[in-house]
Amino acid sequence: MTDFSYTLLIPLIPLLVFIFTGLFGMKWKPIVSGLIGTVGLAISFMLSLLAGYQYFFASATESFHSIIPFNWLWLSLSDSLQIQMGVLLDPISVMMLVVVTTISFMTHIYSLGYMKGEKGFARFYAFLSLFTFSMLGLVMATNIFQMFIFYELVGACSFLLIGFYYQKPSAVAAAKKAFIVTRFADLGFLIGVLILSFYTGTFDFEKLTQPGSTIFTHVAGLSFMGISALSWAMGLIFAGAAGKSAMFPFHIWLPDAMEGPTPVSALIHAATMVVAGVFTVARLFPIYHFYTPDVLIFIGYVGGFTSLFAAIIAITQFDIKRVLAYSTLSQIGYMMVGLGVSGYGGEAGLGYMAAMFHLFTHAMFKGLLFLAAGAIIHAVHSNYMKDMGGLRKHLPITHITFLAASLAISGIPPFAGFFSKDEILAAAFHSNKLLFYTEYITAGITSFYIFRLYFNIFWGKNTQYKHKPREAPLNMTIPLIFLALASTFGGFIPFHNLIAPDMKPFATHTDLLIVLPSVFIGLLGIAGAWILYKKENDIPEKITVWMGGLYTVTYRKFYIDEIYMFVTKKIIFNRIARPVAWFDRHIVDGFMMGIGAVTVMVSRKIKGLQTGELQQYAFVYVAGVILFVLTFLYYLG
Amino acid sequence: MIQGLSIYHFLVVSTLMFFIGVAGFIIRQNLITILLSVELILNSVVINFLVFNRFLYPDQLQGHFFSLFIIGIAAAEASVAIALIINIYRRIHNINADNVNEMKF
Repeated sequence: MTDFSYTLLIPLIPLLVFIFTGLFGMKWKPIVSGLIGTVGLAISFMLSLLAGYQYFFASATESFHSIIPFNWLWLSLSDSLQIQMGVLLDPISVMMLVVVTTISFMTHIYSLGYMKGEKGFARFYAFLSLFTFSMLGLVMATNIFQMFIFYELVGACSFLLIGFYYQKPSAVAAAKKAFIVTRFADLGFLIGVLILSFYTGTFDFEKLTQPGSTIFTHVAGLSFMGISALSWAMGLIFAGAAGKSAMFPFHIWLPDAMEGPTPVSALIHAATMVVAGVFTVARLFPIYHFYTPDVLIFIGYVGGFTSLFAAIIAITQFDIKRVLAYSTLSQIGYMMVGLGVSGYGGEAGLGYMAAMFHLFTHAMFKGLLFLAAGAIIHAVHSNYMKDMGGLRKHLPITHITFLAASLAISGIPPFAGFFSKDEILAAAFHSNKLLFYTEYITAGITSFYIFRLYFNIFWGKNTQYKHKPREAPLNMTIPLIFLALASTFGGFIPFHNLIAPDMKPFATHTDLLIVLPSVFIGLLGIAGAWILYKKENDIPEKITVWMGGLYTVTYRKFYIDEIYMFVTKKIIFNRIARPVAWFDRHIVDGFMMGIGAVTVMVSRKIKGLQTGELQQYAFVYVAGVILFVLTFLYYLG
Repeated sequence: MIQGLSIYHFLVVSTLMFFIGVAGFIIRQNLITILLSVELILNSVVINFLVFNRFLYPDQLQGHFFSLFIIGIAAAEASVAIALIINIYRRIHNINADNVNEMKF
């Protein structure tokens, strides 16, 4: 057995980097913090690759095992309730290690160029390192409680980084929104964890996900409101996962989160943190599959609905980062569908494997899309499509890499997205036709909106630029090229040999009946975008007018934000919060203020007594004595 | 016994002296006058001691000795008080009790 104890360093290095740059970064030249962060991440990246190699390829066994190199007792609340902190290595966590460190490392390099000269450069790097540490801790968690802690930590980092430009009111509002929405969802996660551990008496993933274990036997009969207790627990945990992964109806925070710097969007809101929800479901997959299949298929439907819903919105948006944000929602929906339709063991585990595969390829191509979008914004100084056009001549490297990522997300072979998306579709086809058709249509919409974006930016009208856009510096283009290579060739990684719900690899075969139609609809989407946006014309305008109200509703994101505002402002604030606030302000505060006011009034009246004049005191004293003497004489004498 | 004078005459004198002293202590502002008033109070007490000793226990001497002690202590007290008053005068060129409030706040 290989010694994996060095994996502990993978999260610890970013933590140390965070501590040092956070404490001393202000005193150093900004670039020093950036370089320290980048070098630290480079080491973590190398170690992750080493771990991935040793775990997957060095041992030639038929199946993989969970390895726990470290597991410290952290909180010993009672003999039966103990919480550990540790490192768990199994196929999905090792894969996530590689994904997180790769994207984080690329983002670190990229930010050296993108954030150059930005105020708070050191702060930015400190937060990036903290985030990387938290995310790595999350994926390596040995128990669900450790996972929850890191869940909250990544949420806090997300808040800090979205609000990085804290002088911009919209960024502050977006940060607050993201934090509140995910926090609200995390409440569900916490309650779910508590229910689950209350009945099973353990937090450990090892024990929880052991198929055929007996810890669930005495939960079986319990139910609440017609739904079994275990379903409640797993459903609530999924609510937390949906909050982090921005599934409908918790998706509202993600598009606003684009107020953060673009590298942050690439790292947190495209590749790593938002897939934490998918990862959670995958981690607890055996429980979902064996004990609460109803919740699992519910997850599939939520994912399917979100993917279609977000893809439709993405068509109408003009802010390039927002298009990508909705695209992220849609792709995460795909992963949820993959998990929802998956079975356990052998070929039935295809959906699970495909979801993890898609997570991997999506991290590469969506990270790339965001970084390329950052390079475009860097060159044009605008987020809006109307300010772009014809950029292929000015930004050749960005153009090629963006094209690679667009082809990957559209599922065109041989790019990475093709393999993973195709396997999700295949898994859905075999178990749930409704989800299959939803995802099939979504695939077409996906390729349409992404090529709408592509043609609008790089082709379309010949915009006259005030400053000639220049290609980004080398430290920004190298990550782009690296990720473009990953997006192009990443699909050839034999994932089915590596990842399976029961950790026993299985063989997959290509089903032409699914491959051909999915490639066809991808090409159809591209063709549609080609016709509408390749050359400047007025067809999109006409379609907009023709669609009328339907277009407006979509452009306004189906008024979900407005509904949320209505519920919170009109109902919760006006009907509940305001009366409570009135009671607090007038009754509770009034009582306390009254006590204070009476004391002040009385003391104002009697403060004249204390003059400090000795003679006056003597007079009072003597007068008092005389009064006493006279009284005594009168009554006693 | 002193001819024609009863204990009451003495006590009336000492009571008058005591209350004149108390009134002076309360009313007057001049520190010297206040000191004089205190002396009056002390002396009225001395008279009381002597009178009670003389009229009630003529064969004992405690009252006399007590009076001597009080006179001695009064002298010491007066010297201390006058030293204080002189210092106050040096400081604020004034010996009015109302003005000696520097230490109050």
